[in-house]
Amino acid sequence: MTVNPDKPIKFSSLHRLQWEEAQQKYIILYPEGMVELNQSSAEILKLCDGSRNLAQIVSELELKFATSGLTNDISAFLEVALKNGWIQQN
Amino acid sequence: MAGSNKISNTPPRWLLAELTYACPLQCPYCANPVDYAKYQTELSTEDWKRVLTQARKMGAVQLGFSGGEPLTRKDLPELVKHARDLGYYSNLITSGYGLTEEKIIQLKEAGLDHIQVSIQASTQELNDHIAGTTSFQHKKEVAHLVKKHGYPMVLCVVIHRENIHQMAQILEMAEELGADYLELANTQYYGWAHANRDLLLPTKEQFEQAEQIAQAYKEKVAGKMKIYYVVPDFYEDRPKACMNGWGTTFLTIAPDGVALPCHSARELPGLDCPNIKDYSIEEIWNESKAFNLFRGLEWMKEPCRSCDEKEKDFGGCRCQAYLLTGDMYNADPVCSKSPDHAVIQQAIDSAAKNALAADEKPLIFRNSKNSRLLS
Ligand code: SF4
Ligand code: SF4
Repeated sequence: MTVNPDKPIKFSSLHRLQWEEAQQKYIILYPEGMVELNQSSAEILKLCDGSRNLAQIVSELELKFATSGLTNDISAFLEVALKNGWIQQN
Repeated sequence: MAGSNKISNTPPRWLLAELTYACPLQCPYCANPVDYAKYQTELSTEDWKRVLTQARKMGAVQLGFSGGEPLTRKDLPELVKHARDLGYYSNLITSGYGLTEEKIIQLKEAGLDHIQVSIQASTQELNDHIAGTTSFQHKKEVAHLVKKHGYPMVLCVVIHRENIHQMAQILEMAEELGADYLELANTQYYGWAHANRDLLLPTKEQFEQAEQIAQAYKEKVAGKMKIYYVVPDFYEDRPKACMNGWGTTFLTIAPDGVALPCHSARELPGLDCPNIKDYSIEEIWNESKAFNLFRGLEWMKEPCRSCDEKEKDFGGCRCQAYLLTGDMYNADPVCSKSPDHAVIQQAIDSAAKNALAADEKPLIFRNSKNSRLLS
């Protein structure tokens, strides 16, 4: 399983991404478990709404943080996310 | 309240709401206390809502509605809705008994996140025998409906000597039913399972064979079905890190409002577990004697006190220490460093002897009549 760069990426319908006030963090919730996210992971996942593919997510974040060269980091994280079932592609 | 603790505690993350001890099933390994029949009172809807609100405010986010059978509470949809409004991720832990398609839809609309259905075995005959109730076909239907309505579907099968030989078929059944998660929980010997241990504890060979089958299947279904495998600690030489550390993560509220650091802590003597009718969750979590008693490492006796692994397992399970050594401050006897470690082998031998005996004693099913007999 690898991320298809052409297809849009969507956050999994079997997981929930949520801001936690008490922890001041985004977390992913799923049956009997949760994962705390650091800020950059959360920023990436928030853009996985089924309307953007990999390149579009990268350019959006590079614009937002006024930087470049994020492709490798972002695609590495998305591979992990896919393996964990946090994101889906149709 | 006694035992006030000024060290900054981590807040509860998981709240287990045991809504009721009522259950139409009679599983002989039920984790409810054997004397549950004497706790008749149940919290009101308003009490539960207050508990949910207060625990959420402290930081709890995973919420389990369990029991007994939580579906026997008529206010379940209302509580689910309240939990959703507060931002909980809510799990319904059910036998599936009494769950209709209408109910599944109603709970989804109320905001329920997932349903865990327990199945007792891979065949109707054995399932219905262990559950003490005809329920196999209905459970399979429920599993389909849970999937159909877009919930992540978790199947839970408690493993013991009566069904461990079905491991391969259980795995196939779970895959066929389209489970997203399969929890294979080797029986933990508290509550009713402790009373039935001679009949439930598998041999080491049985356990190792079953584990091999499960691990191989894990690879086969990787990416499709996640398998959680809970090992039976009787065949380990270190105990499990019970509750991730006492009073660090888990909070259980029993049907009558008693707050417990772990769901079987009710069996421990002199714990004086506080009731949510008398105290707020914050007072209970931070200040009660029960939640502070085994917090941290200060309470330990030898060999744990000077052990370099104590931050890893916190001395193991307090309930197991109490049930098997008579002293809840002792090291969990599962640990090979425990001076009481021999009781584990004795339990294994006793179970093996019973399995071979011509007049194997009968299982004690979990019901009110047996509960009164045992208390
Ligand atoms: S383990 Fe069985 S008897 Fe106990 S509450 Fe669950 S379904 Fe009911
Ligand atoms: S002696 Fe106590 S702390 Fe050390 S490994 Fe055994 S149970 Fe854990």
